Amino acid sequence: MQMLSFLVRRILLAIPTLIGVAVVTFFLIRVVPGDPVVVKLRADGAPISEATIQAERKRLGLDKPIYEQFVDYMVGLARLDLGRSLWTGQPVADEIATRFPVSFQVAIMATLIALLIAIPLGILSAVYRDTWVDYVVRIVAVSGLAIPSFWLGMLIIMALLATFNWLPKIGYVSIFQDPVANLSALIFPALAVGYRYAAVATRMMRSALLEVLREDYIRTARAKGVYRQLVVRRHALRNALLPVVTVVGLEFAFLIGGLVVTEQVFNLNGIGKLFVDATTRGDFTLIQGLVLLIAVIFIVVNIVVDVLYGMLDPRIRLS
Amino acid sequence: MAEIAARPAAADMPRRPNPVWLFVKQQPLGVFGFLVILVFIVFAVFARQVAPYDPEEIDFAAMLSAPSAEHLFGTDQYGRDVFSRIVHGARTALAVGVLSSLIGCTLGALIGAASGYFGGRVDTIVQRFVDIMLAFPIIVLAMVVVAVLGKWPLWGVDLNLVIAIALPFLPKMARVARSSTLAIAQMPYIDAARAAGYSHTRIVLRHIMPNIMAPYLIMVTAFIAQAILLEASLSFLGLGVTEPTPAWGLMLAGQSADFYKEAPWMILFPGLAITLAVFAFNLFGDSLRDWLDPKMKG
Amino acid sequence: MRTALRGILLAATAAAVAAMPAAAQTPKRGGILNFAIVAEPPTLDCHATTTFATIHPVAPAYNGLLRFRGDVNKKLEIVGDLAKSWEMSPDGLTWTFKLHDNVKFHDGSPMTSADVKASYERIVNPPAGVVSARKALHEEIKTIETPDATTVVFRLSEPNASMINNFASPFNCIYSAKKLAENPKYPDTEVFGTGPFMFGEHIKGSHYSGKRFDGYFEAGKPYLDGYKVFYVKSNAVVPGMQGGQFDAEFRGRTPKEREQLVEAMKDKVMVMEGPWTTGLLLIFNTKKKPFDDVRVRRALTMAIDRWNGSTALSKISMLKFVGGFTRTGSEWALPEEELLKLPGYSRDPNKAREEARRLLKEAGVENLKIRLVNRNVAEPYTPMGIYVVDQWRRIGVETDHQQLETKLYFDAQKEGNFDATIEFIADYVDDPSLQFQKLLTSKKSSISLAGHEDAILDDLFDKQSRTVDPAERRKLAHEFEKRVIDQAYAGMLYWWQRIVVLNSKIKGWELHAAHFTGQDLSNVWLDQ
Repeated sequence: MQMLSFLVRRILLAIPTLIGVAVVTFFLIRVVPGDPVVVKLRADGAPISEATIQAERKRLGLDKPIYEQFVDYMVGLARLDLGRSLWTGQPVADEIATRFPVSFQVAIMATLIALLIAIPLGILSAVYRDTWVDYVVRIVAVSGLAIPSFWLGMLIIMALLATFNWLPKIGYVSIFQDPVANLSALIFPALAVGYRYAAVATRMMRSALLEVLREDYIRTARAKGVYRQLVVRRHALRNALLPVVTVVGLEFAFLIGGLVVTEQVFNLNGIGKLFVDATTRGDFTLIQGLVLLIAVIFIVVNIVVDVLYGMLDPRIRLS
Repeated sequence: MAEIAARPAAADMPRRPNPVWLFVKQQPLGVFGFLVILVFIVFAVFARQVAPYDPEEIDFAAMLSAPSAEHLFGTDQYGRDVFSRIVHGARTALAVGVLSSLIGCTLGALIGAASGYFGGRVDTIVQRFVDIMLAFPIIVLAMVVVAVLGKWPLWGVDLNLVIAIALPFLPKMARVARSSTLAIAQMPYIDAARAAGYSHTRIVLRHIMPNIMAPYLIMVTAFIAQAILLEASLSFLGLGVTEPTPAWGLMLAGQSADFYKEAPWMILFPGLAITLAVFAFNLFGDSLRDWLDPKMKG
Repeated sequence: MRTALRGILLAATAAAVAAMPAAAQTPKRGGILNFAIVAEPPTLDCHATTTFATIHPVAPAYNGLLRFRGDVNKKLEIVGDLAKSWEMSPDGLTWTFKLHDNVKFHDGSPMTSADVKASYERIVNPPAGVVSARKALHEEIKTIETPDATTVVFRLSEPNASMINNFASPFNCIYSAKKLAENPKYPDTEVFGTGPFMFGEHIKGSHYSGKRFDGYFEAGKPYLDGYKVFYVKSNAVVPGMQGGQFDAEFRGRTPKEREQLVEAMKDKVMVMEGPWTTGLLLIFNTKKKPFDDVRVRRALTMAIDRWNGSTALSKISMLKFVGGFTRTGSEWALPEEELLKLPGYSRDPNKAREEARRLLKEAGVENLKIRLVNRNVAEPYTPMGIYVVDQWRRIGVETDHQQLETKLYFDAQKEGNFDATIEFIADYVDDPSLQFQKLLTSKKSSISLAGHEDAILDDLFDKQSRTVDPAERRKLAHEFEKRVIDQAYAGMLYWWQRIVVLNSKIKGWELHAAHFTGQDLSNVWLDQ
């Protein structure tokens, strides 16, 4: 019951933030100079008359005064209608929905890779603190932070070409349809993005674990004669996971934004590519939809993290 | 009497250890980072002297040549010397990196401190804005800002790029500054200062800000690293610096992908430069943090 | 005029004969053609769009009155499509088309002149909510009459030398009058026509496919069972072809990509190349000082060594052909002897640069700083920009090279926020009236970027657009062109090279100079 009221409260608090995001995005985008209609009709070089452009602008409702467009938009939002893309005329929700699965999957895979690497390495590094093991892990982790993910992606492609003269197939197939094709294509961008993620999580894991190993109640547990490994695993680990979960949770939202660069390198038809295209074309409605999506994800992830926090930290639970 | 006379002579007093020397001894990784940073600074400041060629000079006859005595890092598809472009690229990277980090952190610190100090309504409103800003992915914010501001070149630096990168740092610094401020805002000596009639500005600047110094310095250094990375990403997407200005991220963009097999050095070296620079700042920043504020992890 | 009429009639019949495939081998039936496209269609309606992104997927579903056939390295011809024969009246004001009588729509219903009329009326006079992107080009069409089910008569208010191109345009698809009456916007989302392929499926972000229409009016065609177009990013074309996911990309690849594919797939691919109807040009803002001074403009265009640049640039980008504003390799092209006399085409770059410096000095402009607005697209705008900047440096001019995203680029141009800008020409046919659009004075065109005023140019343009005789017209077009180059309102930079790499099993596909035409796929077959 406590959990439920907590959840409800968080969700209610999130709504004003979302509205704020929607409002700010709406106006910020429209301050940008540039006319999406001109881009759409003139992009291929043919000369189009001013009259045609005006007609199209009218058709898309862009000739209405700004406050009218704003009201239309907010009313639409209230009905959960994100509007239509200015470029294709299709519902924004559809445009996003077709491309969301790829980005989402790569993000999940990157997170899994990160956790699979970070947790054991972080533990090793903390337990064998100040030995060569520790130093190696720390250096690897710091370099992980330093390597740009798009460069890593390019290096991976170069390595594949040089060693196997092979590149993953283009075109997204759902993992349910053809898991081999799906995984063999997406593992590489997931690695490129996940490496950096792993670095952050490893450092967090290490410092959190170190922090916790100093805590009193660990000492008490040790005093009771519990075997060291068990102590580490059961008590320390659970508490050290807390900040790791936080970090992973926070970085996850930025992952989606960070996919923008990696999707270019690996040619994935995901949210990142969509966003770049939308910005280039000045597709206001699509941009707004995407930004809202990211904000929602961010908030959801934060809430999930808080819940996990509650479950993992005995102190919070006990209070 | 004897105790007083027993005070040791000045010459026998152990000398206070030089903090710099201590730092060097205790934080070797940090020193290494600092040295690398120094090299990049030299590149940036003395680019024209260090670089053997003009970074923008086209020489089709020499296009796509492998690293050699003449061209240390080889040439690109226009025959431009890659090494020279990397040296000049350091200028862009550092200028943008340092400026945006400083601007973002300074503004963020001020806002966070003010927010924590004044509390109440002001605090709540500011926190709302900070939340909203934190909800935008860095790239999103940067892309929109770059587009909004157009191009603002100033002394060879794109101000709009600097602002676009500075913006995401602002809320993060504000959060940290706010919590540091809250810790001491309730202290008695602050009340005393206010009772004595000191203005708010004076109190914030003289009493609050010094307490934020440590996290401020740490975050500035950490953010320089992130800023360099962000600038590279934006230039890679075509939203940052544009041709023919040399910039590391830009050297990896566009057509470079065509030359994976033919001229891998075009891709290897700019990426290494970015990695090394970010690495160095991270190492130095970490050491700084361990040194100044061991309690502050992450 | 008589000769023109006869000429057209002859061409019509000759072309009808030439349209039969020169069968070195007998076409095999069957198979699905998989190809890639690097952009997604913003709409499926031919009339509303100017992009190849709509044409490549949708063209096989439609017919026009006429169509283009031929090879880029030979002369392009206009042949009949839905029209069995056609003629233009001697005064150029009436066009009469006789249609085939066995044409059916994809649901089996017959196509008649009423459908042609409805489609063209939609182009000339679009109803509310419908976009007709080329309305302005069809202004002269006054009325469209249908005396019987297989005859259509167009009456014009004035002769228009380009009208024949309109009738052959890949964008003037013939829609169903019945469906248009029910919903004038139906082509936006529904593909329903008379073409060799019916609509299959369209998955946004993934692909578009079509399947053979057995009732197609040209007996025995199409040969393919169907086709599938994959939407991919440009840098995915090479790996996609190598991996066998698709077998061609019909817009054009860079020289680098051609090398990669040939090296990887050897004789499994064949390369078709030739000059493209797309090109880059430089436009000066004559409304800003000192670019209102013809000497400054001349100096700037002279400084660019086009001939030598071409050798290197054509290796790393699509920039290749040096020419005037009429496309190199077309029947309209300005011959080289004439080019060499014009500023910017000297074969001696050092002399040209000296002259340029002298002109700048004479105009009293030294240490010139110029703001060059360019598009933020890697291929080939970036290399073009880099090259121009470099060339201008060699005469002591410093350039502020601004590569802007498409949206901001158009905006900067519209606001006149530039000293010089790199613009592009791209159209579906070699027609001076189309290719000169960006060179028109501010009087003739509301979108004139150079902002210049020149009565001689206006006069020349009007004359050439009404002159139906090709030789006469060519002379006038050359006059126009030479004047623009001499006055340096704009300078032609390079025409691109169109390189199409396709799997060797694909037969019957022709490379045209424009990537908009020849995409109906009715003659294509797979040798497998």
